Amino acid sequence: MRQRKAGGGIPSKYLLTIMSIICIMLLFISYSTGFSGGPLEVVANHIFIPMQKGIDYIGGSISISSADTKTKEELISENEDLQAQVQDLNSQITSLQLKLDELKELQDLYQLDQTYYDYETTGARIIGKGTSNWFNTFTIDKGTSDGIEVNMNVLADGGLVGIVTSVGKDYAVVRAIIDDTSNTSATISSTEDNCIVSGSLEQMTKNNLIDFSNLDDDDNAVAIGDTVVTSNISDKYLPGLLIGYVSSIQEDDNDLTKSGTITPVVDFKHLSDVLVILQVKESYKSEGL
Amino acid sequence: MKDYKIYLRRILVVALVIFVCFLLQTSVFSRYILGGVTPNILLCVVSTYGFMKGRRYGILTGFSVGILLDIYSGAYFGMYALIYLYIGFLNGLFKKQFFGDDLRLPMILIGTSDFIYGIISYLTLYFIRGRYELGFYVTNIILPEVVYTLLVSIFVYYIILHINNWVENLEKKGSDRIGTY
Repeated sequence: MRQRKAGGGIPSKYLLTIMSIICIMLLFISYSTGFSGGPLEVVANHIFIPMQKGIDYIGGSISISSADTKTKEELISENEDLQAQVQDLNSQITSLQLKLDELKELQDLYQLDQTYYDYETTGARIIGKGTSNWFNTFTIDKGTSDGIEVNMNVLADGGLVGIVTSVGKDYAVVRAIIDDTSNTSATISSTEDNCIVSGSLEQMTKNNLIDFSNLDDDDNAVAIGDTVVTSNISDKYLPGLLIGYVSSIQEDDNDLTKSGTITPVVDFKHLSDVLVILQVKESYKSEGL
Repeated sequence: MKDYKIYLRRILVVALVIFVCFLLQTSVFSRYILGGVTPNILLCVVSTYGFMKGRRYGILTGFSVGILLDIYSGAYFGMYALIYLYIGFLNGLFKKQFFGDDLRLPMILIGTSDFIYGIISYLTLYFIRGRYELGFYVTNIILPEVVYTLLVSIFVYYIILHINNWVENLEKKGSDRIGTY
């Protein structure tokens, strides 16, 4: 037994020490240089991503076939509901069209040709969820070959989902705004007051909400239900992307700022397709960090 | 030459097990969330190889699994590698107590490993950022994960056990043949 051990390679305690040192070195390297895999990412790209795409495709078709089994009555009632909704929305569209024309005229007057919502986007599918229960990250099926870069913003359901944190040839890892380590600079759109939106695992598990803090609101103008969008001063997020609606608000202990919670517009539990904005915020690029 | 072949086969088998379990964890079980958590299948793999094959196996399996998770996690690179490495090593210490068919020791070891993994994750990723509600995280994230992982690990453990027996039989056959020549 002892002989075999001697012939079979390094004793385990040395192996443990060597491997620990390698890990700690990797930690320091990634902390100081932002290294996140290098050549290993290429291997991962070719081995895991095609399989994940395949599994996602199979899983998607299974869930579609289970949706097929709705009864006729359900379909009829659903159809009636939708018809009513269509009429409702049609009337809204006509009134909004009028307002839009007015807005366009006014914008022309002010020469505001910068329209915030005209970003070029590309659709992507989520092919893998996070690797642990502590982080809200997911993998999408597009990468550098589709023009995706780190720090691009990701949308779904008309709201902000998160930001690309690392990218390979055919995949990208996205960190959701509900992730515990995520902090977003945001603006209350009615009062133009800035605040910080930070994800919280605790709030998310308890109430499906995200926290906001550092809101400077001296006039008590911010009310429950106000929309929260990304702010102009954010260094990574493009301005004017919808985050959610204020659901509760209270004064901080210092009597200067306020904090509270936000209901996100995106349903993070049932996310399958996302849109990636193919544009990185200019201020971040020019800083060249 | 024969040794080299055996090592290559062992590495390939472990790599295949890790590959399948990684896909199960990220793409299949992420669709079947129970109580807000997904099971940690890769931890089962590291733990099982640790107490089944010993410390060195545990260390190397843990390290490879950790690196794989680090590539996809987007957080600090090397973090998971370090945690899984030590989980593999600690499970390797129980190799002498391990007998294949008894399910108690594997279950206790996998459960404890997952609990320790949860506590370490909390301390390194949450506590240092000022999230002090340990009770909340234990009851809502760590314990549900342990229970779900244990449920899944019954299957994972038996599958890995059978694969391992098959590999060891092949190796035995190979050495017998050398003896008869």
